Amino acid sequence: MSFLETLRRVDEGWRSPLLEQFGRYIAPGSPAGLESQAQMAAAVTRQHFGRTMRLFAPLYLSNECINNCSYCGFSRDNPILRVTLSLDQVTREARHLAAQGFRSILLVAGEHPKFVSSGYLEQCLERLRPFIPSLAIEVGPSEAPEYRRMVDAGAEGLVVYQETYHQEEYARLHTAGPKRDFAARLNCPERGYVGGFRRIGLGCLLGLADWRFDVLRLAAHLEHLLRHCWRANFTVSFPRLRPAAGSYEPSYHVTDEDYVRILTAFRLTFPQVGIVLSTREAPALRNALLPLGITAMSAGSHTEPGGYTGAGTDDLHLTVKGRRVDLDEKPCSGATGQFDIADDRTPAEISRLLQDRGFDPVWKDWDAAILDSSRGADKGIAPSVL
Amino acid sequence: MTGTGKFPSPESMREALAESGSEIVTVALRRADLSGSGDPFANILEFIDPERYLILPNTSGAMNAGEAVRLARLAATAGLPKWIKLEIHPDPTYLLPDPIETLKAAEILVKEGFVVLPYINADPVLAKRLQDVGTATVMPLGSPIGSNRGLESRRQISIIIEQATVPVVVDAGIGAPSHAAEAFELGADAVLVNTAIAIAPDPVRMARAFRLAVEAGRLAYETGLPLQGRQASPTSPLTGFLYPKN
Repeated sequence: MSFLETLRRVDEGWRSPLLEQFGRYIAPGSPAGLESQAQMAAAVTRQHFGRTMRLFAPLYLSNECINNCSYCGFSRDNPILRVTLSLDQVTREARHLAAQGFRSILLVAGEHPKFVSSGYLEQCLERLRPFIPSLAIEVGPSEAPEYRRMVDAGAEGLVVYQETYHQEEYARLHTAGPKRDFAARLNCPERGYVGGFRRIGLGCLLGLADWRFDVLRLAAHLEHLLRHCWRANFTVSFPRLRPAAGSYEPSYHVTDEDYVRILTAFRLTFPQVGIVLSTREAPALRNALLPLGITAMSAGSHTEPGGYTGAGTDDLHLTVKGRRVDLDEKPCSGATGQFDIADDRTPAEISRLLQDRGFDPVWKDWDAAILDSSRGADKGIAPSVL
Repeated sequence: MTGTGKFPSPESMREALAESGSEIVTVALRRADLSGSGDPFANILEFIDPERYLILPNTSGAMNAGEAVRLARLAATAGLPKWIKLEIHPDPTYLLPDPIETLKAAEILVKEGFVVLPYINADPVLAKRLQDVGTATVMPLGSPIGSNRGLESRRQISIIIEQATVPVVVDAGIGAPSHAAEAFELGADAVLVNTAIAIAPDPVRMARAFRLAVEAGRLAYETGLPLQGRQASPTSPLTGFLYPKN
């Protein structure tokens, strides 16, 4: 059964026992109630994940996009400075991140088949896999066979946010491009699973619709996937919208208290699921959230292609109706980012902070050699085993 | 045996290992640097003294026999002991071991000369199948990894201990020193403890508590525990007068 059918039932008021429980955790309540929820969430996190925190960095490959999404800086109608990094530039950015300690990198790109083809993504992955043990992608949706090729090229993780589970809001916010197809995006995690991804990240962007509506459905999606894609490791994330080109104003406000309620609700309902925190949140809040359920965080992030090393600044251009338009004058800044980050502390600062607070920063938690048959370690395995 | 995950820092792990009395320390290969380049951001192995402990690489992260075999070979190539804790748990929610893939991988690795210590559900027949293919131990779980629920599989583990021709290591779920003592009282040859020590407010003190429990449980087993009865049995018998001592 597709999740679309489950979603329809949830919209009609149906709740699984697990969703009922989740619903109680996100219901309005007293500060004392939230405190005890937070205490429980901290204890559950410690039991399942210990005192460890995984660190990763996003690496933006391209800010070209064929979609118009009202809240996203990369929207095709935004007159921003665009670039798609060359393979050498991608390698340079990744080497910079590796020197900072990152062994887990998320490759991010806008959706644009002309500039960001699946062949380009495969080449990027193949370039980085020799020195980055864990690679994930957050790019335009694909079909299972293309996903399989990306897994074969070295990708272990797939990140795909539904953004909002509210179908009318979704239609209103996504005004042009293939992303308009709500159902196609909804089934993306399953296609990724069939394609062989082992780590799949789900999420919604808080601020696009009523947050209780969205996170309940995100929980339903997670429950569905845990049952149907039992071999995959799922993570969730629920970032709040940040200022971006296009100046979209969130229609729905999510307070810090709301955020803690959501975080602890996910932790208590899904004790074993990883929860990812990005640099969209401010330093003080990120510090306070550390023990409450977060298992992975980014640090020192840039959301513009070339942001770490300045790569690609010589190739900046505008894109109008899918065509590149060169600039008359050399711009004084780099490519435009997807959104503004709120925590600009360096990876080393975050690492020290974690240690000061009794967490072990984990840079490496995966080795591509587990999957990689080209490194010569699998010779002689009976074909029936492979 | 101790694991190396979930500790607040590598230094606290090193201290706790020392205090635990552990002789074998297992490490997830996916967390270690396998390239041989001395990666300072994946240096967990530097905190485990190979003179003091036998380092037991484990295959955590492998989803099938092929991946587990590949990891074992990588570890050996990287210069780690040719011992392998074979764990294949494709379901990330309960981390229960896949018996079919485990048996397949064990057969291959034993043939290649590895000392294989397989993590299994407490299934006595699977334990026999594994010892028949030549594994060095069997490692039945008490309860799911990290659950701290103790020996929920106690009766099955007892059957494995009764029948095994190889050492039996109770792995996973040991959440309190009493659980470790219980495993040894049942006749287990070793336990593997990780979460209960790593997430304790003071891992070093908890490691010591486990060492004492292991020693107590083993001593009790070697001494011979008395049979359990349904009713009370007085310590001052009522019929002793019938049989005067000389």
